[in-house]
Amino acid sequence: MFRARPEVRPATVEVFVEGSPVLVPEGATAAAAVLLAGLPAIRETPVTGSPRLPLCQMGVCFDCLAEIDGIPNRQACMVTVAPGMRIARQHGAREALR
Amino acid sequence: MSDVDLAIIGAGPAGMAAAVEARLQGLSVLVVDENAAPGGQVFRAAEACAPDPAVGPDIMPGLPLIAAFRACGADYRAATTLWHLDPEEGLLSLAAGGATETVTARRILLATGAQERPVPMPGWTLPGVMGAGAAQILLKTAGAVPAGPTVLAGQGPLVWLLAVQLARAGASPLVLETRTVSIAAALAKAGGGLWAGRALLAKGLSLMTEARRRGVRVICDVRGLRAEGGTRVERVVWDGGSAPCDTLLLHEGVIPSTHVSRAIGLDHAWDAGQACWRPVTDDVGATSAARVAVAGDGAGIGGWQAAAAAGRLAALDAARRLGALSEDGFARAVAAPRADRRAALALRPFLDALYAPPAAILTPPDETVACRCEEVTAGAIRRAAALGATGPNQMKAYLRCGMGPCQGRLCAPTVAALIAEVRGLAPGEVPPLRPRAPYKPITVGMLAAGAESLQQRGP
Repeated sequence: MFRARPEVRPATVEVFVEGSPVLVPEGATAAAAVLLAGLPAIRETPVTGSPRLPLCQMGVCFDCLAEIDGIPNRQACMVTVAPGMRIARQHGAREALR
Repeated sequence: MSDVDLAIIGAGPAGMAAAVEARLQGLSVLVVDENAAPGGQVFRAAEACAPDPAVGPDIMPGLPLIAAFRACGADYRAATTLWHLDPEEGLLSLAAGGATETVTARRILLATGAQERPVPMPGWTLPGVMGAGAAQILLKTAGAVPAGPTVLAGQGPLVWLLAVQLARAGASPLVLETRTVSIAAALAKAGGGLWAGRALLAKGLSLMTEARRRGVRVICDVRGLRAEGGTRVERVVWDGGSAPCDTLLLHEGVIPSTHVSRAIGLDHAWDAGQACWRPVTDDVGATSAARVAVAGDGAGIGGWQAAAAAGRLAALDAARRLGALSEDGFARAVAAPRADRRAALALRPFLDALYAPPAAILTPPDETVACRCEEVTAGAIRRAAALGATGPNQMKAYLRCGMGPCQGRLCAPTVAALIAEVRGLAPGEVPPLRPRAPYKPITVGMLAAGAESLQQRGP
């Protein structure tokens, strides 16, 4: 679990993590929003379905793949939050056709 | 006719310093960076987090360079990804905001920096386990810190820096130091660097002192580390001890980020001192590809001051090659950055020796997941290597490791080390993985739209 420090970085941007509103500081990433929202996992792996949370936060590991504003397989750690952004977990392999 | 004189990939210390210098020499400069703001990882989100007392003191040294970069007149593209590079034609394929774009450059500088060395150990795929650098990025970009019992395990300068920063933020971790090399043994390899590197050494010692003063608990000589838990990490266990844990932060140093330099086929050499591959460069960053240079940690780990000096050197070389700087002018201009780099690298042999990664991390036990994407264990890789997989490229066909979304960024070093172990080879005798474009995922729609715009552009 992670916590914000509003005394130094006020949470001013509202995003929706799995449909629930979360306030996060400006400049935070979608991956940070998922951690601050306290989700137990951001995705389940395609091979064994095991839960994962972001590992590297710098675009290397791809463990933070999530559906952001309707587009799956995005690196949540490389996307800066914007007001109203919708971040959803990804279950297994992404669907080929939607 | 190229769009720009110099295209720089990465806006960390090397890329920013190169852009500033190239602009001073009159070159047109494009800087492409994946992050939202300049600074790289060391100065990630520096402008936003400078007022934060937890990280401010350490981030301040980057602010003048960031300000100079912002003012230098380079075409700076934030939140932009390079997904393909044609080194012969100088053609860069970029993606940003759901669209692709193609740009041509007379000269290209890769300043892609470093990534944390993968730390495969039993349990490291559990939610709640992350890189120490990752936690620092959360602190810099969002001010966020771990909320529960936090363990920071590993070794290297970042361990001490992050321990202090978390403690300042009221989230003091338990530090488990995994260092195996004694200070005496490292001193024997330090050469004459201790005196020349005394400023950096003093910074390290002051961090250790501050950690102690702030009550950070440190356990040394930790071996046999593993993470345990059900659906997330619950405790950390090591030989002779254990601790409850909600967030486990791992760090065994950093390695050059060579994804693009390997993908475009630059010559690379094994660096035994840092246990990693690095692109072969001359002393101003020129590589085996005529148009391409590499500067900063992406060419070998040296820290931000060495990276900034290397960026300036590569920019001066670009100006010389493109006719903006005479041979005499070049010879005069390189003296200062060469001296800066030499001074910045003085302590490196000592640090490399002191924080050499332990064998258990390079070649983890059989039950450890080595490839996180395809969930392949070290044992499976050892068996495939015994069957005849001679390198990471062949291993893809055996086990798919390197074919998941990370494209081998995280598993390739482990896969190669395991193959070397099984086949009785030195690490440098197993050639590194050759990644393929697109370097980062793009949608089919972006690709199609890009092809249309390329056709409209004409030959």
